[in-house]
Amino acid sequence: MLEVVQVSKRFGGLWAVRDCSLRVEEGSITGLIGPNGAGKTTLFHLISGFYRPDRGRVIFRGRDITGWPPYKLYHLGLYRTFQIPRIFGEMTVLENLMVVPGSQAGERVWNPLFRPFLVRRQEGAIRHKAEEVLEFVGLDQLRDEPAKSLSGGQKKLLELARALMADPVMVLLDEPGAGVNPTLMKKLAQRIRELVTQWGITVFLIEHDMDLVMNLCDPVIVMSEGKVLTMGSPAEVREDPQVIEAYLGGQYAVA
Amino acid sequence: MDTVVGVLNYLVFFSITAGIYAVLTLGLNIQWGYTGLFNIGVAGFYAIGAYTSALLAGPPPGTLDWRVFGGWMLPFPVGLLGSALVSAILALFIGWITIRLREDYLAIATIGIAEVLRLIIKNEAWLTNGVWGIKNIPSPLFPTIQRGVAGFLSAHPGLPDWARRLLEGTYNWFYLALVLAFLLVLYWLLERILRSPWGRVLRAIREDEVAAAAQGKNVAAFKLQAFVLGAALMGMAGSLYAHYARFLSVEKFEPFYGTFIVWVMLVAGGSGNNKGAILGAFLIWGLWAATDFLTGYLPFTDVQASALRIVLVGLILIAILILRPRGLLGEEKFVSRMLR
Repeated sequence: MLEVVQVSKRFGGLWAVRDCSLRVEEGSITGLIGPNGAGKTTLFHLISGFYRPDRGRVIFRGRDITGWPPYKLYHLGLYRTFQIPRIFGEMTVLENLMVVPGSQAGERVWNPLFRPFLVRRQEGAIRHKAEEVLEFVGLDQLRDEPAKSLSGGQKKLLELARALMADPVMVLLDEPGAGVNPTLMKKLAQRIRELVTQWGITVFLIEHDMDLVMNLCDPVIVMSEGKVLTMGSPAEVREDPQVIEAYLGGQYAVA
Repeated sequence: MDTVVGVLNYLVFFSITAGIYAVLTLGLNIQWGYTGLFNIGVAGFYAIGAYTSALLAGPPPGTLDWRVFGGWMLPFPVGLLGSALVSAILALFIGWITIRLREDYLAIATIGIAEVLRLIIKNEAWLTNGVWGIKNIPSPLFPTIQRGVAGFLSAHPGLPDWARRLLEGTYNWFYLALVLAFLLVLYWLLERILRSPWGRVLRAIREDEVAAAAQGKNVAAFKLQAFVLGAALMGMAGSLYAHYARFLSVEKFEPFYGTFIVWVMLVAGGSGNNKGAILGAFLIWGLWAATDFLTGYLPFTDVQASALRIVLVGLILIAILILRPRGLLGEEKFVSRMLR
């Protein structure tokens, strides 16, 4: 589904990502872990078009997408969320979702004037879908609230809900569990699993919460110093002495 | 009765100007209120619209004029549309270069272009007649209406003096109706296209450009559309002004009258709300006119008084921002009305 080939990105004298290669298989929940500064988020930015790689290629569904702008990747079915939720604060929760679907007729400035019925029909369908998605993530009670009034965890759910509105083939989730309380975390994990089982979306996620990663992801890719250190099932990664050395710091070796 | 007629005539004159300002404010509302584009060169688009209309629909150069170009006496609608077009082309040019860059570059570019245009107007006399200005720009249907009024007055010599004075002002009533009709149609059209998925995307871009791109929106294209459309409205406001004032000179397009006061109007009325934009234009222009009367009663020289007016407007703006930070009418909660 997604293939990253020898990708590098340099900031000044520092190689944030260096000769990094990895592969995400269709229908998987692939986890990406690694210590702070390992280059995980930078890699996500490189895949999703927010940064342009200095070297290397990114292949998505057989297409070379290296350096494509984010909005084009969206239309190819590659969607990403952000580590710190980037919501549209002044807009309602419902509108945050309704803005997402691509190629809406009403987004062409003349259509609301000349083809109002087409626009209305689409709006009805989009609203219906948005309400379904809100129910799925459990934000339906908050649909008419301005998004800025949501709590941190709810904003994370809103990001996830937007991902569903996008109807992507694959989502990149950047720390979906950051700032989410333990109760909500269980629900979040369940929802992420359902992305694959119910909606058929391939998931590639960065996460620091080891419980979430170990329960949810298979395979797990470990990055360190801009490179892929290893890759394998949660159990394999947990046992790998290299990983323990680089990241887990012995904590899991004892367990 | 004389005072009543005087007040009425003044109100008409006042409303025409406020109506023209409302068109400017609506244009800025698309750019700033919806899309978050920081255009501080409103005066430039206003000026280029006014001069375009004067060249297209104005008189040819007279013997004493310096200008040698333009003055084709085309019909007023041609001037109006031409000013929208030329202003839009200018916006396309500025936007094409700067809109992809960080937002402050647009601000720098717009304020710079507005000043450059003002200096061109002032110095390129072959085109704009420079500081001498363009005179005798025709007002639409002016001769017809004046002839009608003159005919009526001579047919009814017994009319009281106040009625004659009222009737002599007929043309301004007509122009007011024209401006208000234009404003009404514009408001209706804008509500249509902004309270739609298109307006929703603009608002998302204003809230978070990066996130909007992640939702598959071609941010640069939407910003350019909003910028160009807003500029076209500003150009049309210039045309409406030119054919009302009948005389154009460069002082009218200084940053204070052309840009600053439009921003005050939008922010006071309610950025992101078309009703607020119109309300703000009438309200602030009303306060501006009122300060003229007020400062007249104070013991100041004219120069001091006009400086004091600007201070007063600034104070009003501060007061509104403290008491109602979102303007008198805030933004509407739900943008798209294309449901049901």
